[in-house]
Amino acid sequence: MASKVIQALYNDDDVLMHAVKKVRAEHHHIEEVYTPFPVHGLDKAMGLADTRIAITSFLYGCLGLTVAVVMMNFIMIEDWPQDIGGKPSFSYLENMPAFVPIMFELTVFFAAHLMVITFYLRSRMWPFKKAENPDKRTTDDHFLMELGVHDNENELADLLWETGAVEVKVTEKES
Amino acid sequence: MYTFSNKLRLGSFIAMGLGFIFLVIGFMSAPSTVEEAKAMVAVHDDGHGGGHAEAAESHGEEQGHGAEAAHGEEHDTSHDEHLLSQLQNRPWSALYVAAFFFFMIALGVLAFYAIQRAAQAGWSPLLFRVMEGITAYLVPGGIIVFVILLLSVLHMNHMFVWMDPEVVAHDELLQGKAGYLNPTFFLIRAAIFLGGWIFYRQYSRKLSLAQDESDDDSNFIKNFRWSAGFLVFYLVTESMMSWDWIMSVDPHWFSTLFGWYVFASMFVSGITVIAMVTVYLKSKGYLEQVNNSHIHDLAKFMFGISIFWTYLWFAQFMLIWYADIPEEVTYYVARFQDYKLPFFGMLVMNFVFPLLVLMNSDYKRINWFVIMTGIVVLFGHYLDIFNMIMPATVGDQWFIGLPEIGGILFFGGLFVFWVFTALTKAPLQPKRNPFIEESRHFHY
Repeated sequence: MASKVIQALYNDDDVLMHAVKKVRAEHHHIEEVYTPFPVHGLDKAMGLADTRIAITSFLYGCLGLTVAVVMMNFIMIEDWPQDIGGKPSFSYLENMPAFVPIMFELTVFFAAHLMVITFYLRSRMWPFKKAENPDKRTTDDHFLMELGVHDNENELADLLWETGAVEVKVTEKES
Repeated sequence: MYTFSNKLRLGSFIAMGLGFIFLVIGFMSAPSTVEEAKAMVAVHDDGHGGGHAEAAESHGEEQGHGAEAAHGEEHDTSHDEHLLSQLQNRPWSALYVAAFFFFMIALGVLAFYAIQRAAQAGWSPLLFRVMEGITAYLVPGGIIVFVILLLSVLHMNHMFVWMDPEVVAHDELLQGKAGYLNPTFFLIRAAIFLGGWIFYRQYSRKLSLAQDESDDDSNFIKNFRWSAGFLVFYLVTESMMSWDWIMSVDPHWFSTLFGWYVFASMFVSGITVIAMVTVYLKSKGYLEQVNNSHIHDLAKFMFGISIFWTYLWFAQFMLIWYADIPEEVTYYVARFQDYKLPFFGMLVMNFVFPLLVLMNSDYKRINWFVIMTGIVVLFGHYLDIFNMIMPATVGDQWFIGLPEIGGILFFGGLFVFWVFTALTKAPLQPKRNPFIEESRHFHY
């Protein structure tokens, strides 16, 4: 179903921040903001819920740590024990210091990579996906704020012009 | 302007008084003869003590204790002379560990402060007066440490065995190191280190106060240049200081990253104290402009540097454990055998605890949480210094008793008294720092 949206373009992140605050203060719902770079504090200004990516990161880290322990235990202790530097690998615990770098690295590896993948999926981005951003200039030096229109087109346009927008347009959007 | 609350002042005096009494008792109860030392051990650990006494009889006392102390754990000739010097060392070591620990906090804060200045950080100028207050302790703390080192050179104690010419005469390794590790050069180096650090501290403070009254930024720029220069001087001298003042209690043993390891310890302790003093002052209604983002940043540093400390601790441990070279590994053997509780306890307090507690972003903004974590981290790093000094000076005769607690109380009291007195000397918020606006609006 196509819905009508109003889009305002800004060319400065400070102006954008103030605009977002003002629009929110007038009780309009901001559907999305497109920016060329992460704008500090924008999520709070838009009233978005806190991200839960940190929790997934912790869980992935635990998973990585577990994988490292199980893997090194299988490789070095069970499957092919060796005597390295006079330290025969008969027991995981006694050889543990040698495995700490691996435990550390896999924790970081799992946390980092799985977190990035989670972030992409959560943002609904995957290979060959059609770009969602409505205006190419938001990848260069413009910021775009998008609001849903509910028979208040003119009122919204006036408000957006007031907040310092450099361009305001109304379009139909597939959802 | 901050006024020193009477309660806190009284508390610091009580701590100093109690600590002083405990230290005096510690020094008085140290044995002065071999017989007393044997009697003490026999009373303290029955079962084990009996064996000691018997072994002592058969060994006789023909060797000077100096040669004995140098060879440390390996020899058991003239065992009770060694025991005597360990027991005599205990109050001295307790004094030294506590004196160094509080001195190190001030030095760690000074490094942090110089980094903020040299990086022209925008978030931290609101905390500069707090840092300057803490670094004020560098002067008395440094002088006390220097006096203890001077007394060691004068053979008032036997913490540094290489200072004993008798020991060096029987020790080829120490003879080889004597060009660097000799009492005169040792004191000259200590004077240069302390002189440089104290000079920078006083001069930077002067410029910082002058900036408040001036009408341009020349003082600020000068301070930036001196801070950058100081950091170069500090990184070299801090490393050498750690070899001199700490690593040389084990004169045969060496570790190439020891300087970094000690640095990590002082850095995290210093940042923790900045956070704690800031939270305290805020709770008393001062530092209105400091918001919870500043606390959050300090807690992030506590978290990060705790992990950095662990990284260095483990890097040092793992190489020595893996290579298993006798002359290196004795360092850890002594700690694993006789220092299990402080050694592993320190790892829990300095790594596992801050890792789990400070991991959550929201917790870093909760004041009481930061204070509670800070207390644990500070005790952990006291234990870290304890583990660096004690195994070489008192061996298996360690205990956290009156002299150790007395040392913490005395220097803790002096530290609080000196720091909070320094805080009353200037307005807590710098007036004309060019970044003060940014710091006030600092928001994360």
